[in-house]
Amino acid sequence: MSVTNRLATRRRFLQGMLQGTAITVGLPFLECFLNGNGTALAATGKELPVCFGTWFWGCGLNPGRWEPKTVGANYDIHDELEPLAAFRDRMNVFSGLRLFADGKPFNPHGSGAIAVMTGDVPSAIGTSNYLPSLDNLIADRVGAGRRFRSLEMTATGDPKDCYSYRGGRVVNSAEPSPVAMYERLFGAGFVDPNAADFKPDTKVMLRHSALSAVTEQRQSLMRDLGASDKRRLDEYLTSVRQLEQQLAVQLEKPAPMAACTMPPKITNAKSDGLELESVKTNNQLFAKLAAHALACGQTQVFNVVFTNAISGLRKAGEPSTHHLLTHEESVDEKLGYQKKATWFLGEVISSLAVFLKELDSIREVDGTLLDRTLVYASSEGGLARTHSLENIPVFTIGSANGRVKTGLHVPCSGDSITRVGLTIQQAMGLPVAKWGTDSNETSRPIREIMV
Amino acid sequence: MNTVTVKGMSKRGFVFALAGLAVAALLGYGGWRMWGGPSAEDAVVNIPPAARRLTKLQYTNVVSDIFGPDVRPGGRMEPDLRQEHLIAIGASKTSITASGLEQYDAAARGIAQQVLGQEDYRAQVMPCEPKSETAADPDCASTFLSRAGTLLYRRPLTSQELEQFTQIASKAATETGDFYGGLQLALSTLMISGPFLFIVDNVDQQSDGEPRLDSYSIASRLSFFLWNSVPDAELLRAAEAGELHTQKGVEGQVDRMLESPKLRQGMRAFFSDMLELDLFDTLTKDAAIYPAFSFDVARDAREQTLRTLVNLLIDRDGDYRDIFTAKETFLNRVLASAYGIPVPTDALLDGNGWFRYEFPSDSEHSGILTQIGFVSAHSHPGRTSPTLRGKAVRELLMCQSVPDPPAGVDFTLIQDTKNPEFKTARDRLDAHNSVPSCAGCHKIMDPMGLALEAFDGVARHRTTENGAVIDTSGELDGVAFKNAAELGQAMRQNAAAATCLVNRLYSYSLGRTPGPQERPFLTDAKQRFVEDGYRLRGLLRAIATSKAFLSVKPAPNSDTIVANADIH
Repeated sequence: MSVTNRLATRRRFLQGMLQGTAITVGLPFLECFLNGNGTALAATGKELPVCFGTWFWGCGLNPGRWEPKTVGANYDIHDELEPLAAFRDRMNVFSGLRLFADGKPFNPHGSGAIAVMTGDVPSAIGTSNYLPSLDNLIADRVGAGRRFRSLEMTATGDPKDCYSYRGGRVVNSAEPSPVAMYERLFGAGFVDPNAADFKPDTKVMLRHSALSAVTEQRQSLMRDLGASDKRRLDEYLTSVRQLEQQLAVQLEKPAPMAACTMPPKITNAKSDGLELESVKTNNQLFAKLAAHALACGQTQVFNVVFTNAISGLRKAGEPSTHHLLTHEESVDEKLGYQKKATWFLGEVISSLAVFLKELDSIREVDGTLLDRTLVYASSEGGLARTHSLENIPVFTIGSANGRVKTGLHVPCSGDSITRVGLTIQQAMGLPVAKWGTDSNETSRPIREIMV
Repeated sequence: MNTVTVKGMSKRGFVFALAGLAVAALLGYGGWRMWGGPSAEDAVVNIPPAARRLTKLQYTNVVSDIFGPDVRPGGRMEPDLRQEHLIAIGASKTSITASGLEQYDAAARGIAQQVLGQEDYRAQVMPCEPKSETAADPDCASTFLSRAGTLLYRRPLTSQELEQFTQIASKAATETGDFYGGLQLALSTLMISGPFLFIVDNVDQQSDGEPRLDSYSIASRLSFFLWNSVPDAELLRAAEAGELHTQKGVEGQVDRMLESPKLRQGMRAFFSDMLELDLFDTLTKDAAIYPAFSFDVARDAREQTLRTLVNLLIDRDGDYRDIFTAKETFLNRVLASAYGIPVPTDALLDGNGWFRYEFPSDSEHSGILTQIGFVSAHSHPGRTSPTLRGKAVRELLMCQSVPDPPAGVDFTLIQDTKNPEFKTARDRLDAHNSVPSCAGCHKIMDPMGLALEAFDGVARHRTTENGAVIDTSGELDGVAFKNAAELGQAMRQNAAAATCLVNRLYSYSLGRTPGPQERPFLTDAKQRFVEDGYRLRGLLRAIATSKAFLSVKPAPNSDTIVANADIH
């Protein structure tokens, strides 16, 4: 049954309710949904929904300073991964993965960012169509019934810093402001799933109903257009239906989510672009918002950009950015790496740990929110100094409610990074046997982590 | 009071929309000679119909032109997509994402509230009074929506559309007991619908059966190209009367539009796009290194460049090549302080706080290249970048492509800026260019950027870096220069600059990169641009009245509607 029909049914139901006086729907007692430990069970007794998120940074890590020396479980964490030590047993580390450019013009950093998210190295940035990215493939599968199909956030202050592709040249934009994201999530349209009473908003119902006038223009709108333009307009109409869905969710009594609480209101978050402290602050705020949004059932998918692909991170008062340092700073003869550039990498991985801690801080059934989530954390390349496409750091954190094994180091020497994306899609229930294009195409999931 | 003359519109209301009806008095420029009709070289290119998403600037202009300058879209809008160097082309490639539509929806509801939620404003825009403010009034709602819809859709609403949106208003009014609340919902829904958010070409047939753009689509092409906004009432009237299907009719409207004050708005949009001035939306500088840089400086730097261009090319009908050499510019107090120029007394400022300023003839300040709007945008947050600046000159102003740097190469031959051995950017780049695979591209970018090294990351003039004298000499395509001012002269003489303008303007007008079949037209247009003294208005007229600009053929599979999008 199509969503259109489903929404129509829902609409008729609500319209019926609204013909009379305002109604109050009583909900079962909240305690019914707590287990003995006070953690949450879903209202239906089924498992809480699995979640998926991406966390991206640019300029890789230094080869030899992050890959575990031991294989499998109980792998050693050292140097650049030390900030993630607390998550070792719930994290998988994949070493030796790479991208194949296949002779295409490769935009350093930019092409890699697209490829690690879509499995495809575009023939050119700015003139190519992009394939849908991992977050969108999964959101289309699991995010359908949620208020937000997915949430895109960037800590950089620039909404264009977003590596989330819907297909063609349709690129999601990221929310750069935690203040605006708070309002979007927990402002006027938020319905507390644990509230005792529920009363549908007449104005929301009317807005929902009005949208059919927009979708019904499809035929006339596309009359004279070619196939590619029709696809673009269909993508827009899909967004209209998503808005319908969002309003419909507000009109229904939500299922209780016992771990759902409102995060502290964010009223002020000053962004200073890629200045490190500003980026870290945004990352922390977005982490809290994402965690509460997942816990409250507002979405199941998120996409976070910590730095842009070229990592323009900068330290206040310093003339050179992280990226510039990777190309300009001499390798320290004693240390064997670029000292200043590597300092930024420590900040990046520490910030990933900060993000994960927020997910992990929400206690749910026999675990935390992080346990029912799968986070795909990756950079766009390996050694930034040489624009290397080899040994790209990739981690998954969380088990998606036990859908993947965790706590493993899996060497994948020389394989395409798309193996991780394929594995994730299969774990999330997508009926896909292969992923990636050209030499990056793979039909080999990483079986070591599959359940 | 002026009256919108589109069929079915009443005499009241939409006062702000009517501002465009008053044809402006001739501007005080001289020397523009009218070109004749399109040349024999005009190519009939038969490009399929297109659908372009409104850009952020277009959305703002449309709202301002229709509802008045006081009505502003609130909140953030989905970013424009820049493709093939132009947002105008990206608009033909992108769509609207779910989060983007949320933003359009919020903006539309905010606008509807501003327009219809306040009694005093409502009185200006309503063409009728409802029988009751607490009940539905389909007749009055329909009258308003017909009028608003025509302006927003750039064509009259179909009877089915009008009926649907009137029903939305009536139903909401009945449910809520609020006529204007219902009308707000109908208006905001109109403003998130496809015919508003996308500029879609529609095709009809000539008497001989040949396809052509319908007259309202022609009106939109003209108005978004020249004004970056919706057609005014006169243009819609001409469309309704069928006048835009004749060469004479198009030329008459184009000539009128070129004299309109809205041409400034249109050309500001074009140059913002061509020069990538949207970079200033998110530009930041290190506060410790550049304490003089601020949000105000970023905002006003963009404005300085646009005022300089509009004054030279529109108000004075000047030679395009002078944008590289002009000493005249416009500043306000913020910018004067940033440049280190004495701030004038209030008496010298215009009503908006700006004043005309002319750099001394022996100054290195020379045209737009030495303005904050250029050198600051193409620098790093904490230092300059001759490479980024040179690349921008090649790509944005000469339409030449610079390849990406290679993968798998170690660049660390450049030392950091504190290295005492390499005091200036030239020293560092010389070291870098000892790598053969780097040198090829840097040779075509760096010389222009090094000439601009006399201006730091926020365009403050300087002569030394780390105590060493900055060498600003170089050469551009065989023409030697000693400094930024002479670089401006070299750019002025370089034929690629004028060719680039012609190509970019044409690409901008249609939202796509021209194909090989359009080269004859572009070659001819460039030749006539040169003969005409590099006047922008003449070039605009040549494009807007050409067959190339207005031709269309149906898409090969236009009779096939693709399968409905997956519903999620």
